[in-house]
Amino acid sequence: MKKLINLATVFAACFFSLAAVAQNDKVEMANVMRSNGRVYVVVAVVVLILIGLLLYLVRLEKKINRLEKENTGS
Amino acid sequence: MRKSWWKIVCVLLLFYTCIGGFLLDVPQLPALSETIRNLYFHVCMWFCMMILFTASVVYAIKFLRSYNIKDDIYSRQFAAVGILFGVLGYATGIIWMSFTWADPNNPAAASFSAIAKEPKLIGAAIALLIYFAYMVLRDSIHDIDKRARISAVYNIFAYALLFPTIWILPRILPSLHPGQEGNPALNFKDIDNKMRMVFYPAVIGWTLLGVWITSIKIRLSLVKEKQLLS
Repeated sequence: MKKLINLATVFAACFFSLAAVAQNDKVEMANVMRSNGRVYVVVAVVVLILIGLLLYLVRLEKKINRLEKENTGS
Repeated sequence: MRKSWWKIVCVLLLFYTCIGGFLLDVPQLPALSETIRNLYFHVCMWFCMMILFTASVVYAIKFLRSYNIKDDIYSRQFAAVGILFGVLGYATGIIWMSFTWADPNNPAAASFSAIAKEPKLIGAAIALLIYFAYMVLRDSIHDIDKRARISAVYNIFAYALLFPTIWILPRILPSLHPGQEGNPALNFKDIDNKMRMVFYPAVIGWTLLGVWITSIKIRLSLVKEKQLLS
């Protein structure tokens, strides 16, 4: 399961970087990420940071769940 | 995961804050311009800090009534995360003010002398230092019961001092900080309806995040405590 998630992450990263390269080929097109003074780029960055932090919290929570179980078990 | 619905609410509200906070319309004001969006982030840090400190003092009082060491752990962890959010609020405030209060025509040092006199800054610094002292006081006492009692009493004093330092004094003295005549961001006159759509969910979202972090810290220290006793 964990390997699968890692693999999926790598694939997703490759896909996004490919998309970034493809965008560089074009000259200033009116695509979504470049509209509105490119504010969507900032939104993407902030949302990514938020996702990272929240995933970290969830992982911590799972670790502590395990610790608590071990503690009551022994 | 036990009782995880509020964590899901927290995640959803935070995503709404981060996306809506950047993309929804805001009123256009001089000097502030787009930085007004900091209301969803900077102000929420202080709201969250205030709520966490309130929780901390409630558990301190609970401890003094029951002498249950569990309440002491709750009280400490709420204060610790409250300090974290306070420091974040202070740091974000520094960035915000250096682009709105500082005069761009003067060198930074020239506007610094004006900003350094800002009562809200000094008050918030004092309030945070009092809570730093709470941590130092706690961790310098080795006896568990004594530590819990002394720090619970100190916690109540620290909480009482929050009010003059961050709520009362900055309003008596002339200040650049908004919210001079009323509760900042809660007053019906000084916040736009469009912003309220994001601001209230943002406050709830950030507060829930603070409580979430605190709950993890509490559970960790309860496990530690158990291992110590056994």
